[in-house]
Amino acid sequence: MANGHSTAIGGPSSGGLMDSKAAQWVRANFFSSWWNTALSLVLLYIVGKTLIWFLGWGVFNAVWYGPAADCRAAKGIGACWAVFPEKWRFILFATYPYDEQWRPALSCVIFFALYVYSALRVNWNGRLPLVWIVGLLAIAFLMWGGTFGLSFVPQERWGGLVLTLILSTFGIALAFPLAILLALGRRSHMPAIKTLCVVYIELIRGVPLISLLFMASVMFPLFLPEGITIDKLLRAQIAIIGFAGAYLAEVVRGGLQALPKGQYEAADALGLSYWQATRMIILPQALRMVIPPMVNTFIGLFKDTSLVLIIGLLDILNAAKTAVSDPAWRGFGPDVYFGVSLIYFVFCFAMSKYSQQVEHELNRDRHR
Amino acid sequence: MRMSLNDPTFRAIFWQVVVIGGFGLIVWWLISNTLRNLEIRAIATGWDFLTREAGFAIGESVIEFEPEHSYGRALWVGILNTLRVAIVGIVLATILGTLIGIGRLSKNWLVSRACSVYVEFMRNLPLLVQLFFWWAMFQDAFPGPREALQPLPGLFFSNRGIKMPIPAEHWIHAWMGVAFLAGIGASYFMKRWAAARQAATGEQFPVFAATLGLVLGLPFVVWLFGGAPVALDWPVMRGFNFQGGLTMTPEFAALLVGLVTYTAGFIAEIVRAGILAVPHGQTEAASALGIRKGPMLQLVILPQALRVIIPPMTSQFLNLTKNSSLAVAIGYPDLVSIANTTLNQTGQAIEGISIIMAAYLTVSLSISVFMNWYNKRIAFKER
Repeated sequence: MANGHSTAIGGPSSGGLMDSKAAQWVRANFFSSWWNTALSLVLLYIVGKTLIWFLGWGVFNAVWYGPAADCRAAKGIGACWAVFPEKWRFILFATYPYDEQWRPALSCVIFFALYVYSALRVNWNGRLPLVWIVGLLAIAFLMWGGTFGLSFVPQERWGGLVLTLILSTFGIALAFPLAILLALGRRSHMPAIKTLCVVYIELIRGVPLISLLFMASVMFPLFLPEGITIDKLLRAQIAIIGFAGAYLAEVVRGGLQALPKGQYEAADALGLSYWQATRMIILPQALRMVIPPMVNTFIGLFKDTSLVLIIGLLDILNAAKTAVSDPAWRGFGPDVYFGVSLIYFVFCFAMSKYSQQVEHELNRDRHR
Repeated sequence: MRMSLNDPTFRAIFWQVVVIGGFGLIVWWLISNTLRNLEIRAIATGWDFLTREAGFAIGESVIEFEPEHSYGRALWVGILNTLRVAIVGIVLATILGTLIGIGRLSKNWLVSRACSVYVEFMRNLPLLVQLFFWWAMFQDAFPGPREALQPLPGLFFSNRGIKMPIPAEHWIHAWMGVAFLAGIGASYFMKRWAAARQAATGEQFPVFAATLGLVLGLPFVVWLFGGAPVALDWPVMRGFNFQGGLTMTPEFAALLVGLVTYTAGFIAEIVRAGILAVPHGQTEAASALGIRKGPMLQLVILPQALRVIIPPMTSQFLNLTKNSSLAVAIGYPDLVSIANTTLNQTGQAIEGISIIMAAYLTVSLSISVFMNWYNKRIAFKER
């Protein structure tokens, strides 16, 4: 990125080694002026020292395997990764019945397959929604069971990684149609519908997600008629869908606004009805334009599912928190949270890199 | 008007009536269910509980609070605690984020790379995980007060939080605050006067230096008049804990560090985009006109960069304020945490959640009204 500044080097080159490309690059980027040199040296010292400390703490002096007593002996010197071989089944699957944990594991695999399938652009066609419906139904069947010889597992016992994936994936999948309706409604010429959508979007975006989750946890039961109860996971899922819908709606609206007016007029001129024009002309173009900000919203939502911990659902973060509250392993919080954060990082980083790549490809399309 | 769905006007009215009617029906259904459920559970709605005795203690508070005080006062303590962490957090996150955003554009490879790595990490990890991490650092990794870490003289890190020295209490501090506000007011009028004079005579006035002098100089002069008190209140170990100095509880410190480092990652990207949004030709054109470096920044670069920076920046400030509600997970007594305790104790779920939502909506909506006004004011005036 900064390679273009090699002209900034002063002074004649003084022989063999200093003429090489690498040496020029180093001089241009690290030692182009006295201020730059000082900055480089100070930063090199700090980064080097941190890296050495981190390698010592996290790799060489770390306890990778063994009982908690080994970790206590190494406390302050090395990280305690031994908690993961001991607790990984709990962190990944939480309180799901131990013998049945292949079911959430298989569900996670189906989720990954769905993500990879939808990420490939050759699959962006009419079959995609169908694949998703089949995949999600398979996951629901695996998790609940109750037929075909699988024992029934109530939702209170679901937890761990699969719960995080369920909340975020179903949240995105169902928030999406809601967001499109809200965005279209906000741009509608009918004042009543427009007002309703604006009020909904602004209201939801104005309050923190926690307040919506609290609402789902303590107020939803009051809203329902006597005798009907829905469990906590579903209530949290509804809150997350409603929340994500409002944010996604604003992203979609951005795409609708960016579409040239001629597209709307051309669709009208062809005699298409509102819904025909929306489905065949407007949405395909508008949505394509907002893929990068949409993926950013997805990343935000994926991170935000960790908030269900506050209303007591055992997502992966809460499972990790519960794992370190075991008296034997108490005191290794930073180590465990560090490990769990890597899982979140892998998902979010993959999404953000993917969105950058798609943005790049779409821009190439447009320039051709 | 023909009464047919093929008539656009009739169709619009028809669908609006259908939507409003359906919406009204759903709302009526929810309200009637709620009323019946409240009746069955014998919960009395209303705001009477606000004056009742709270009966719980609050870990830290800006104003005095005892368990004998009312729920209303407890909630007010929560609002103040939220504002405290949000305001301090916004100031620190802006400073850190701006530094990192500028650092990402540095020609020094090491600096720009280090800043990129920071931004990638912060943006791709959930805030809650980060909060837990910092909180666990205080709980599990830091020693007790007796063996507190002391990176700088007088600055202590322990599992009781952060301790640092502050200027000892002195009557002159209040007057310094007054002088600071007076300085801000005076520089506003000075700026108007300078602009009017320049328009009339063409003579320039060093506005920036004079503003700095007024805002910082006035309190300094007042401080000198007060006898220039330099005494500091140092934290000292006495018995099992520290006495004196400024205390940050582990909860406040973890929340603040988490919010600041997380939000700074987003602010850095906004600042970077804002700086990149000003084309290099603008700088060249300004120097071709003979504008010096200082006025160039003030008159050419910043007005254009800020137009790009300020709208997303405000929404980050708003996000930080809303994210401070995660305090409930680590036990810092913010508004959500105290409202949660209140609704658990009294069973007034609807009122408790309404208070939380009303408080945040007030802040959010007033900021968006301000933003709309600001956007209109700074929008390009095309002639």
